[in-house]
Amino acid sequence: MKEYILFKDALKGLWKENPVFRQLLGMCPTLAVTNAAVYGLSMGLATAFVLLCSSIIISTFRRVFPHEVRIASFVVIIATFVTIVDLFLKGNFPAISKALGPYIPLIVVNCLILGRQEMFASKNPVHRSVADALGMGVGFTLALIALASIRELLGSGSIFGIQILALVGKGGGFRPWIIMLLPAGAFLTLGTMIGISNFFTGKMANRSACH
Amino acid sequence: MGNLFLIFISAVVVNNFVLKYFLGICPFLGVSSEVKSSLNMGMAVTFVMTLTAPVVWLLSTFVLIKFKLPFLEYVTDIIVIAALVQLLEMFIKKTSRGLYRTLGIYLPLITTNCAILFSALFLVLRQYNIIQSTLFGLGSGLGFTLAIVIMAGIKEELEFADVPEALKGAPIGLLIAGLMALAFYGFVGLPSA
Repeated sequence: MKEYILFKDALKGLWKENPVFRQLLGMCPTLAVTNAAVYGLSMGLATAFVLLCSSIIISTFRRVFPHEVRIASFVVIIATFVTIVDLFLKGNFPAISKALGPYIPLIVVNCLILGRQEMFASKNPVHRSVADALGMGVGFTLALIALASIRELLGSGSIFGIQILALVGKGGGFRPWIIMLLPAGAFLTLGTMIGISNFFTGKMANRSACH
Repeated sequence: MGNLFLIFISAVVVNNFVLKYFLGICPFLGVSSEVKSSLNMGMAVTFVMTLTAPVVWLLSTFVLIKFKLPFLEYVTDIIVIAALVQLLEMFIKKTSRGLYRTLGIYLPLITTNCAILFSALFLVLRQYNIIQSTLFGLGSGLGFTLAIVIMAGIKEELEFADVPEALKGAPIGLLIAGLMALAFYGFVGLPSA
């Protein structure tokens, strides 16, 4: 029984309550860094790490925070883990850190993370919060990879830097859609993807819960 | 002088916060369905951004850099923004009832608006001085207002349009934003700071 609840907590983040397609949380990084699959993957993992660590801390000490200052306390804890991720990326993957730029510190105000702390981690025991954070983190990462792969495939003919569609002039016939790499392409692709997922599930996406 | 003007113009249209950097997407998609309320929202954001810029600049120059604490940047920025928004809310509530009624309900939401934190990080990154920072904050806020008001105008018209069931709500908003981003891409030809 206990395993069943944990399983359900983790699984709901993958599709039923997917942060990007169902809850429309964390839109800024979703749109901003998804012009190549590898950036989508790194942003997803960075967010998942911060979400997991802050969920563990906050659900462990959930009875300690005074109600009035809980949001401020959550934000400071989240900001601490974001600083750790930022320094880690700067030290080990300087190229990725440079490409993601100020969007790494913006994880602090990613409403996915604050939303999960407020809705789940501050009310549930540690093991359930870990399951929830893992599910949401993986769901977010998968959504980012999906979006980024489509944009990279159409925008430069490759996925994760591996050329799939041969370009014109390099023995192939594919002309890259430059628009996919521009900001406009992010909006159009995500809009179409959410539209398609609504069409097949017959369920309307909820309005963004964070603002 | 010309440099200041360039910073301002490029913050408003060329590097529009919403359409180029994807900041403040949540209020952009969620709140804006009425021109008047989105104008108020935009004003509240502009107000907070113009105020946070010099405060963050002072703190970063005279405390963080002086005492070699740059790793505390994110934590201080977010605390400054949260405190400033709270103070501002109390101040407006005491001094002007009318202003409180127009801006009041949007103020608490602004703390988690990523556009404010981004502008704070950006001005440190670009090493602007205090006047440039303030102008940059003002310009970015106005750019946000511009985008959100245009969006609200289009959404008002959309009430009478026959939108496919699956696209209603967020998806059509994103598609409109995509077309707006394409239109704003035309400003890239302008010189930018």
